[in-house]
Amino acid sequence: MLAGIVAYAVFVPMLAGTDQKVTDFSAARLPPSSAHLFGTDHAGRDLFVRLASGLRVSLLIAALCAVLAMVLGMLVGSVSAAVGGRTDRIIMRIIDAVNAVPHLLLGVVIVAMFRGSVIAIIASIALTHWTQVARIVRAEALSVRGLEYVEASYLLGATRAQVLRRHFLPAALGQGMVATVMLLPHAIWHESTLSFLGLGLSPDRASLGTLLQEAQAEVLLGGWWALVFPALLLLCTTLAIAACGSGLVSRTEGRS
Amino acid sequence: MSLEATPLPGRQARRRRRRAELRTIVVRRTVLAVPVVLGVSLLVFLLAAVSPFDPLAAYLGDRYVQASVEQRRQLSEALNLETSWFSAWWQWAGSALTGDFGHSRVFRQPVTAVMAERLPWTLLVAGTGLFLAVVTALLAAVRCAYRPGGPLDRAVGAAATVLQGLPPFVISLGLLGIFAVTAGWLPGGGLTDPGAEPSAGQVARHMVLPVLATALSQLPWLLLSLRASMAGVLRSDAVRGVRLRGLRERTVIRKHVLPAALAPFIAVLGSRLPEVIVGAVLIETVFSWPGLAAAVVSSAQALDFALLAALTVMTTVAVLAASLLADLLYVLLDPRVTADV
Repeated sequence: MLAGIVAYAVFVPMLAGTDQKVTDFSAARLPPSSAHLFGTDHAGRDLFVRLASGLRVSLLIAALCAVLAMVLGMLVGSVSAAVGGRTDRIIMRIIDAVNAVPHLLLGVVIVAMFRGSVIAIIASIALTHWTQVARIVRAEALSVRGLEYVEASYLLGATRAQVLRRHFLPAALGQGMVATVMLLPHAIWHESTLSFLGLGLSPDRASLGTLLQEAQAEVLLGGWWALVFPALLLLCTTLAIAACGSGLVSRTEGRS
Repeated sequence: MSLEATPLPGRQARRRRRRAELRTIVVRRTVLAVPVVLGVSLLVFLLAAVSPFDPLAAYLGDRYVQASVEQRRQLSEALNLETSWFSAWWQWAGSALTGDFGHSRVFRQPVTAVMAERLPWTLLVAGTGLFLAVVTALLAAVRCAYRPGGPLDRAVGAAATVLQGLPPFVISLGLLGIFAVTAGWLPGGGLTDPGAEPSAGQVARHMVLPVLATALSQLPWLLLSLRASMAGVLRSDAVRGVRLRGLRERTVIRKHVLPAALAPFIAVLGSRLPEVIVGAVLIETVFSWPGLAAAVVSSAQALDFALLAALTVMTTVAVLAASLLADLLYVLLDPRVTADV
């Protein structure tokens, strides 16, 4: 299912070429038909194509956020576990503190200050979500810390940095990846929420959020298709990723 | 040898120990909360300092282009914009402690007045919606618990999962489309009809859709977590013992399963406040409800820094307070939990 969604996002804009930019006001606000599978928007653009490119932008942003959050989380988590002691405690307190701030609010503040920049959106999502990864990675690293092979490498004179690189990161990679996959729906949500509030991407750039924002005006005019299809797509995407994530969880659980 | 030789701690002693534990939690959390709140407010000021956003341009609006360089310099001196971000924060924090959060540009009022005016509306909608969601979740979870894995249980679970995948603004737009546009039964936005006096009837009619949207967006999560904790209790030995006493299923669930499942439920309810706030922000925006949460969006869109900073810090305080309250309730409800958790 996920493959189908990704394929839709990748191939439909490609096949349709530049179609989604073409406006045709004589064909504005058409309900779904065989010519326009999902209907058209207020400027006569085909929603089937526009939705695909919107999904592509949303997925891309979400993936970047998740990767950034993963790198940050893995780094902080494993270093925290490797150094231990007081540093570890302070880092955990910082994570608690970041978690105490409502994520979306921090996102709104960051995006409001750096209006309209994609980097700000990505940074605002990544900076509020790395803590989950960090926590999981730290727990994984701590669980291998007491094992014999790690003890042995310390006894053989390995430095903390070496142990971190050779043992902690590989051990935590699996769970870290799972946590990253689980972040994806969150990131999609955040992006669409920020864009919906008019704080994210500029309206001419299609993403799930901007399409849903346009749907707000359409709904008031009775254009149900402008809301239903993006919403369904958002739902299917997040559910598919979540299913994929829980599949990964049950797999990694069997291993450890 | 008398039985009283090693008495169990009496009720008085137990109560005293309990109270001491509660105090430990309050003190520890408050100590942690201070740096968090300070850090958040510092972060907001630091972000404003490094962002390309120019407070002078925001203050002047269109007149910014007309103002001469000399006028701009004078004004920025008068508005105290020449100071570093840290001393700006220091001054802000000083006056915030005395209850002065500055002046909101968007609403042309002191920030405290904006909050006092809008907070009740937010509390009204969010509170009613949340109450509705909790009641529905309780009723549905009890129904589901009669036959775990039965058709009703599975249907409710699937419906909640799907509903959980929809962001609050999609739910709001859906409700808007169905009930306000297509059916035309209910007004689609605002606090009252245009030009009408805010009477109880007007407000009640206008708050139906926002409340419904709040309830629908909070319900799935509440329901799923309550269902999960009830399923856990249903499998426990204690419940098997109660069943062996031959009690009716109804009694088993209402008198034994539900109370046991409620403690963790209340604890997570408090940690849920950030999501409720996010939901309120989105729902109030869709229905143009004049609440405080919608003010977050308008202040962010218009770069109303004083209001944005105050709202951010206030929300952080509220979230910390709610999670503290939830933990306290958890300790009070479940005698096994100690302050160490």
